[in-house]
Amino acid sequence: MSPELPLGSSPNSTTPPGLSSRRIPRRAVLRAGGIGAGLAGLSALLSACGIAGSSSRDHNNVDWASYWHEQKRTGVLDFANWPLYIDSEHGKSQSLDLFTKATGIKVNYESVIQGDAPFYATVEPLLAAQEATGYDIIVITSGWYLTQLINSNFLVALDHAKLGNFSKYASSLVKNPNYDPGNRFSVTWQTGFTGIAYNTKIIKRPITSFDDLSDPAFKGHVGMMNDNTEVGSAALLHMGVSPATSTHKQWQASTEWLKRQRELVLGYYDQSYIQYLENEDTWITQAWSGDVFQANLSGYPHLKYVVPKEGQMVWHDNMLIPRQAQDPLSALDWMNFYYTPKIAGIVADWVNYVCPVPLAKSYIANTLKDAPVANSPLVFPPASIVAKSHDFYVYKDYDDYEAWNDIYNPIIE
Amino acid sequence: MTTIDTRSASSARNKRPSWLRRHSPPYWLSLVGGGWMLAFFLIPLVSGLIVSLETGNPLSGYTLTWNWSIYKQLFVHSQIPYTTFMLRSLYYGAATTILSIIIAYPMAYYIAFKVKDRWKSPLLFLVLLSFFVSFVIRTDMWSFILSNQGIVITALRKLHLVSKNFHILGTSDAVIGGDVYNNLAFMVLPIYVALERIDGRILEAARDLYSNGRQVFLRVVLPLSRAGIFAGVLLVFITTVGDPVVSSLLGGVGTYTIGQAIQDSYLTNQQFNVAAALSTALMVVLGIIMFVYAKVFGTQNIENLV
Repeated sequence: MSPELPLGSSPNSTTPPGLSSRRIPRRAVLRAGGIGAGLAGLSALLSACGIAGSSSRDHNNVDWASYWHEQKRTGVLDFANWPLYIDSEHGKSQSLDLFTKATGIKVNYESVIQGDAPFYATVEPLLAAQEATGYDIIVITSGWYLTQLINSNFLVALDHAKLGNFSKYASSLVKNPNYDPGNRFSVTWQTGFTGIAYNTKIIKRPITSFDDLSDPAFKGHVGMMNDNTEVGSAALLHMGVSPATSTHKQWQASTEWLKRQRELVLGYYDQSYIQYLENEDTWITQAWSGDVFQANLSGYPHLKYVVPKEGQMVWHDNMLIPRQAQDPLSALDWMNFYYTPKIAGIVADWVNYVCPVPLAKSYIANTLKDAPVANSPLVFPPASIVAKSHDFYVYKDYDDYEAWNDIYNPIIE
Repeated sequence: MTTIDTRSASSARNKRPSWLRRHSPPYWLSLVGGGWMLAFFLIPLVSGLIVSLETGNPLSGYTLTWNWSIYKQLFVHSQIPYTTFMLRSLYYGAATTILSIIIAYPMAYYIAFKVKDRWKSPLLFLVLLSFFVSFVIRTDMWSFILSNQGIVITALRKLHLVSKNFHILGTSDAVIGGDVYNNLAFMVLPIYVALERIDGRILEAARDLYSNGRQVFLRVVLPLSRAGIFAGVLLVFITTVGDPVVSSLLGGVGTYTIGQAIQDSYLTNQQFNVAAALSTALMVVLGIIMFVYAKVFGTQNIENLV
């Protein structure tokens, strides 16, 4: 290759290049190409203007009794869950194996949910087009995305006649939640608390209240969640308001504390906050109970979870059946199978979040012989802790959610 | 080659093929490139603009209402300081670009001129080695290294160089550092290619004409490697300005970038119009900056590098 010799100016050429035949300048080619491309693009676009909303479809009135009557089994349960959220030993799950042994239903378990928002974004187009997501059970946290799934009619109403164990064994904490009255669409997989965690090696005084998150002594070492629902709810609790029944005016008023506290905050984090706490980047942080419990068992016994005196938040990760599920009957079977002291106990003993089946406590203590888990107030909370736990606000519609975002996003962004 | 072309053209002159047949080949040749630009640049750009002019919400859907005021809403009257995020991203981009030139140029110079030929490939391979691991994981590892318990700060503290409250994570410096680390290869490689092409005899000639080392570098090497720097600046600046990952992994309060704002408004807040307006604004701002930059510093021979 000899790029030094420009093409078209060969020394032997008798005619100067570009004179014998009119060469088309590069610019003209580009211009013509651009115009053509622009026209094609415009026509393609005008035909695809607008984005359809998730609730704008008319498959809303379903006769659920006949729906359940018509379903047929495929014998395979496709279960989408969050990572590290089921018992696991050498890649096998005892609880799922027991289910397969008992029912003959094969379980295809996938840890594909990395967050409510990104997972919702992947299944929403399918559900909106009334196509199968490929899952019979998905696990979504109580909050806007769950509300949106319900409001958009993307979920199958559960047949509680086939969920006898739920009514028998479920704790009162997960029955009839404010985001899904009567558990029409959801049953809880795990529950967790959001409170405060701190490093007892660095902070020597007792931490008791949300006020400790705004103590100037901890400047630059305070962690907060980047989920604006968590941040806003903490501010409401700090103000003495129960988030579930709060008003727009109270939301606005609660930002005063957050703005002041922001000066001390190192960062607003996703689930990585626990890593910052472990590495002593943050000394005190908003925290989820289960993470702190697991950190205590894995080399960080000096981290401590506290229920602030103003109260703590309680959230639920819920099993849901998305519409167009291939085998909803097997999904119901699993939900019912899960809600037993034995199976819920096996899972709780591994994931260490709040177990939705209180009787699992004695199973873990007596059969699994794991006293630390069985006696942990973070896995089996006593009534005194439950009494201090508050539900999240349930957004009525998108405008409501947007109002919340408008108020709290300026804090975390 | 051209001589053959001219001859065949003159011999074919008697037959007079149609104008279209004679002139269409360049257009045909532009078809693949044009199609690429259409599919992956123009359509996304225009559709982004269209979506930004829509109003609605994810539940009831978005309809096109030519809502141009959204730009004013976002950048002038917003509760959320998007203008600050934009300026901050541009600052990170500029700082990253300058730092990577300062670090990458000596690296590329060394590999191009100072090492034996058989060492060039291994050294270039080392430059590229970090790409064998996903950049998200690499960036996350930095948050581990720079953490308060990490080796860097522990060592500094042991040497009594920093106070107990000193931290790196969560600062703009951490974000810029991460950006430089991630983009260094994009600066090293084009500069290396430009330097490698410089004929050693030209340097000899410069010395024969009594240039000292400094003059050789400033008046010969640097101007000849300009195209490499130009290409490197494009690659590094554009990727850094739009990046949401480094600032979210290494940053904290006060390092929120426009890339994060776009990601959050799309995924978390589901304001598709806001996300589209922010990205369109970002593309326009970047476009203007790049246009001015190319006019002022541009060279005609970027294509020689490829």
